[in-house]
Amino acid sequence: MAGRRPSLLVHVVLAVVVALWTLPVVGLFVTSLRDGDAVAASGWWTALAPNETRGMTRVMGHGLPQDASQVLEGSLFPRGRAGRIIAVGVRSTAPDAFRPGQPIEIAGGRLVVEEDGRYRLTLVVPPGGGPTDGWTGNFAPGGGTRIFYTARMPAALGFDNYARVFKAEGLLRALLNSLLVAVPSTLIPTLVAAFAAYALVWMRFPGRWIMGAGIAALMAVPLQMALIPLLVLYNKAGQAIGIDPRSFIAVWLAHTGFGLPLAVHILRSAMMAVPPDIIASARLDGLREDAILFRIVLPLALPTIAAFATFQFLWTWNDLLVALVFLGPQDDRLVLTGRLLNLLGSRGGDWEILAAAGFVSMAVPLAVYLGLRKFLMRSFVLDGFAE
Amino acid sequence: MAGFALCAALPIVWLFGSSRALDLVLPARGAGGGRNQRRAERIRPWLFLAPSLGFLGLYLVYPALATIWFSLHDASGRAFVGTANHAWFWQDAPARRAALNSCLWVLVAPALTTAAGLGIAAMSQRVAWGGLARALIVLPTAISSVGAAVIWKFVYDYRPVGTAQTGILNAIVVWAGGTPQAWIIMPFWNSLALMAVLIWLHTGFAMIVLSAALRAVPAETVAAAELDGLSGRQVFLHIQVPQIQGAIRAVWAVLSLIALKVFDIVLAMTNGQWNTEVLASLMFGWMLRGGGDFGRGATVATVLMTMAIPVAAWRLLVLHRKSGQRGSGQRGSGQRRSGRR
Repeated sequence: MAGRRPSLLVHVVLAVVVALWTLPVVGLFVTSLRDGDAVAASGWWTALAPNETRGMTRVMGHGLPQDASQVLEGSLFPRGRAGRIIAVGVRSTAPDAFRPGQPIEIAGGRLVVEEDGRYRLTLVVPPGGGPTDGWTGNFAPGGGTRIFYTARMPAALGFDNYARVFKAEGLLRALLNSLLVAVPSTLIPTLVAAFAAYALVWMRFPGRWIMGAGIAALMAVPLQMALIPLLVLYNKAGQAIGIDPRSFIAVWLAHTGFGLPLAVHILRSAMMAVPPDIIASARLDGLREDAILFRIVLPLALPTIAAFATFQFLWTWNDLLVALVFLGPQDDRLVLTGRLLNLLGSRGGDWEILAAAGFVSMAVPLAVYLGLRKFLMRSFVLDGFAE
Repeated sequence: MAGFALCAALPIVWLFGSSRALDLVLPARGAGGGRNQRRAERIRPWLFLAPSLGFLGLYLVYPALATIWFSLHDASGRAFVGTANHAWFWQDAPARRAALNSCLWVLVAPALTTAAGLGIAAMSQRVAWGGLARALIVLPTAISSVGAAVIWKFVYDYRPVGTAQTGILNAIVVWAGGTPQAWIIMPFWNSLALMAVLIWLHTGFAMIVLSAALRAVPAETVAAAELDGLSGRQVFLHIQVPQIQGAIRAVWAVLSLIALKVFDIVLAMTNGQWNTEVLASLMFGWMLRGGGDFGRGATVATVLMTMAIPVAAWRLLVLHRKSGQRGSGQRGSGQRRSGRR
């Protein structure tokens, strides 16, 4: 564009801005892959660094004959995870009193914890008592010796949180609901708007200009303005025919009504780009108007129509208000945005859950955007959703 | 599924059915065929328009008028109370606070979003990696407001002093030697924190439209100015910006309507607490909370509509003026958001 080379400042400022726009998303994504404890203990930017965690394991001895000694061995870390022990202890009041490798004398035995998490507990059962009755000190009420440890764990990233939100947080149902709302709410207004746009562009009738301007002006009506009367109307209609007025059909029709002004507007400009000669010769050939619309105009205007449909899909997928009002707040009726809002209330602090649920809700729009980016941007620039 | 098939099939059946019925009633052949055809051609456009007009009438025109009617009635919508609800609105502290906040949103957020979009558009055109920068900035445009609220609530996350901060904003504050703050619950500043989410979401839109406009500025003009010894910043401020004023106004107007209608962000981040309530969330509250007070909800909606009228009129004016000057591609994309959100 500009012929001169940009100064370093331009590079730096733009890089900072891009970081500002991308880091929040990266942060949430990293968080969705982390373990809940790690998320609460440290910032997401430390996710790749080993982190220090504290934990406790119970070692149980059981069913020993008298005067026998027993050696219990195992690892403090769950299977498949390797960490490095920094400190161990046997009392909750002093959880890091000993170093790894150092023998710890406990009542009735001796404990050694190695740096790699392996422990060896040698119990000598005194005459007249088993490990489960009456050993004092570090024997917990449930039985067993408690070993407290501080460990440096390598970063562990995985998709466990996603599995959890799908299983436990009703996200699958919400995903399905979102699809059930968004797909018809895209197709119906596009179809209905195509009829109107065709009439406004290719048919001559008195009041055509006023109609077009009036429909465009309706784009300015805020959604909120329409909600109360529609809710009342729906309730009355529902009572009259004895069905629940809150339904998927109710949402589809509402999205159709709210999306139509823009749809007509954009489709009209797309149809204006069709060469008039084609329409005229089709009419001379005796083609009916509906045939001209479906066989000639729609295929020719398809790129812009598809671009509009993509945006309409994104809006209806991302919508919260219309779905909440016309579908209702019950659990099995929630769309993804509604479910996410609920989780913000009920799981406010569990960021790993919120992050995973958030990314599930964003997955479809982001995939649509990334897949169709070139096409969407081109339809901006070429016909610019013009007129 | 069956419902969907019905909803999608009905308009098509209507179009073909009514069109053929018209041909049967007014056949173009036989006696009076010419006159019949003329009459049929006068009726046919309305058959095409009918489904749209039905939807628009039922879902936009009627409700807009009925809301004003409801605002003159009591909670159940039955008893006429005159202007009592409107008197309530202007005396009720939370309602006035919401109106004030909505004004703040309209004044601040669109201006900052437009400025950010313009700045990024200009900068990204001067560097080789501008395409990548634009692609990343546009990305949030695809994200829902609720999703964005989750993302940013995590950015603003607060942990008590002394513990590790998990929100990146407070982590930076602590790193720079400051004390962490619970941004979300600090009145006034929290409104700005919420606006940042809107700015983050919509800057990509402003940037795309404005960079298309910037590309339409003739290269010779810019080259001539540079030959005259103007610096990059001077070229931008004195040559490019004046030439794309129309696009800037169009973007600003669209963003103003979006800011006026902001709802999801407030609901998800603060639920209107700590002085962040805006008109749209207040209206939602009165409509649904505790069985709903339709009179007051409709009153809030009416105030919202009244505020939207000048903004919308401004937008239509910008639109109208621009339809005189064709061919820059920026105009239409300025409208793609218009009716929604």
